[in-house]
Amino acid sequence: MVSTSSTTGGSVGAEDVYAGSSETSDGKVFTVTGQDWDSIAEGLGEAAEERIVVNMGPQHPSTHGVLRLILEMEGETVTEARCGIGYLHTGIEKNMEFRSWTQGVTFCTRMDYLSPFHNEAAYVLSVERLLDIEEDVPEKAQVMRVLLMELNRISSHLVAIATGGMEIGALTVMTMGFRERELVLDLFELITGLRMNHAFVRPGGVAQDLPPGALEEIRSFIALMKKRLPEYAAMCNANPIFKRRLEGVGHLDLEGCLALGMTGPVLRSTGYAWDLRKTQPYCGYEDYEFDVQTWDTADSYGRFRVRLGEMWESLRIVEQAADRLAGLEGAPVMVADKKIGWPSQLAIGSDGMGNSLDHIKHIMGESMEALIHHFKLVTEGFKVPAGQAYVPIEGPRGELGAHVVSDGGTRPFRVHFRDPSFTNLQATSVMSEGGQVADVIVAIASIDPVMGGVDR
Amino acid sequence: MSDDDTNAPDQAATDQSPENVPAPVGTQHTAGVRTGMFGVHGTGDTSGFGGLTQAVDWPRPSQAPYGGWFDQVVQSLVTGTRAQGVESALGSVVVHRGELTLHVRREDLLVVARVLRDDPALRFEFCAGVNGVHYPDDTGRELHAVYHLLSMTYNRRVRVEVAAPDSDPHVPSLVAVYPTTDWHEREAFDMYGIVFEGHPSLTRILMPDDWPGHPQRKDYPLGGIPVEYKGGTVPPPDQRRSYN
Repeated sequence: MVSTSSTTGGSVGAEDVYAGSSETSDGKVFTVTGQDWDSIAEGLGEAAEERIVVNMGPQHPSTHGVLRLILEMEGETVTEARCGIGYLHTGIEKNMEFRSWTQGVTFCTRMDYLSPFHNEAAYVLSVERLLDIEEDVPEKAQVMRVLLMELNRISSHLVAIATGGMEIGALTVMTMGFRERELVLDLFELITGLRMNHAFVRPGGVAQDLPPGALEEIRSFIALMKKRLPEYAAMCNANPIFKRRLEGVGHLDLEGCLALGMTGPVLRSTGYAWDLRKTQPYCGYEDYEFDVQTWDTADSYGRFRVRLGEMWESLRIVEQAADRLAGLEGAPVMVADKKIGWPSQLAIGSDGMGNSLDHIKHIMGESMEALIHHFKLVTEGFKVPAGQAYVPIEGPRGELGAHVVSDGGTRPFRVHFRDPSFTNLQATSVMSEGGQVADVIVAIASIDPVMGGVDR
Repeated sequence: MSDDDTNAPDQAATDQSPENVPAPVGTQHTAGVRTGMFGVHGTGDTSGFGGLTQAVDWPRPSQAPYGGWFDQVVQSLVTGTRAQGVESALGSVVVHRGELTLHVRREDLLVVARVLRDDPALRFEFCAGVNGVHYPDDTGRELHAVYHLLSMTYNRRVRVEVAAPDSDPHVPSLVAVYPTTDWHEREAFDMYGIVFEGHPSLTRILMPDDWPGHPQRKDYPLGGIPVEYKGGTVPPPDQRRSYN
């Protein structure tokens, strides 16, 4: 997990047959897998005073996934910190160029696996702008998108707080966070059929109407969360250990944030109330009542408090969205344009497969044209006029946008995601150099990078 | 176009409207041709539609006035870059779907970015990053680097686009103006082979250091193997029938 290299020393621990030779031109390499540090310190011998490079990751429980940190240290102080990324690169953007516009949603939902709905929405909003159907998307689809995105923000922030707590040893915070996240995932499963990888937000609307009983489940979730959220505040806000680990750590002021392109809770923790839901509303966010959460310390503690506050605000939005959905029963959730809108509302049948019997009756027994139309739309897809669009949204980690280029065909010509984790991770060096090695973990946890989104 | 006399006075106005004015010679973005209709080519094509060819109709350059705050931004940019000694920094201006795209010659990119960031009337203090696009049919300007800039002061967004030929894929680095483009430029280099001149350490970022080629380019294959399932064989995605 951790290997240190210095100029002299002996090998520690059992020989790793997969690691190859540990002799390098730069000096001795130690492979550390959690044993007693005394034996390593002895192995260093005289060279202990010299520069040590610690290579943390890419598989380390406290680096938030497969992130590799290369830390140059003097004693406990980090003098230089660099990130190595790319371990989770799966070529999602390239793959999307070989699928239809609708199938693209299935790919991008897998990028940032903690905020699938935001990925989908960012892509879909750009496609809709290129299609010029932004005004035609039905109200119910927009409200459902807002509902899902805000539930998703809650679950994402819960994981951010939970893993951040775990990494400083606050394991109760982790169990609490994952306990509540499970409730959100249950709601996702009820509404979309899946806990993650939903592919639910589609160009033109959403894939399905709200299932019966969903509103009651959402309401009871809101009621439960109103009891559970104060537990985090009671547990952490004034906890002296928690505060001393987080306060003043990972400091980055407003100028630094703007220069490095930081957005989301990191930017808002400097006191600047920049939130795209307010400043450049999309999906009808201008119709909801909520406040932008800020803090003025520009450190890890401030980011924690911003996330905590944002969960309350998301809960407010979810409540309003649920109220509006109650009045939209039976309203369409897909654009009326038959050239774009998916032809049928699928349902889960007794065989577990998604088919709408009414629709099958229509295309197989009543209308040849409807059959042709269904076939063309599902196999070929629709064409998107040539051009490019970029519609950013406020993801849980900051500005998330898809730069979508079309050459007028049935497949994207190019899709590029501006993922906030990728951009924000650049601040690792600024936030952690000059600090202690234990604070590197806190600083990175406060950025909350998700490697699936960083590497795509 | 009606011959009706009552419409005659409007005819001139119609001709002058931004949509109907022909693009100046040399600035029209005509790259790419679409062929066929159902994705079948060669002997399998019994429809005859395989011979169809159609030029890709990219959004055309717009003429001033562009509408709204676009004119003010373009005007301030032109004035600001003139003051820096660049006579005509703007190549063409495209207004499409309510978004403003400024095409800039690559040698002017640094000056343009500085003016966009520092001019009090522009104040694009935030860069969302750069990404590459590969247009193999856009001869002489195959590789595009696209920057999305945001002015938090005025709540505006513009897109700045520069192009470089495949044979000379060099674009000036913006790290000195927007430090955030550091990793973004490394990604664009990794994926497209665009060399950002002046970048502090232009190395691969997502692919392994010794990876051959630049995966997101259009001439780089997707890869994949056929998958057998229940007696049938599904070809890899790039060899399946594609509709165009």
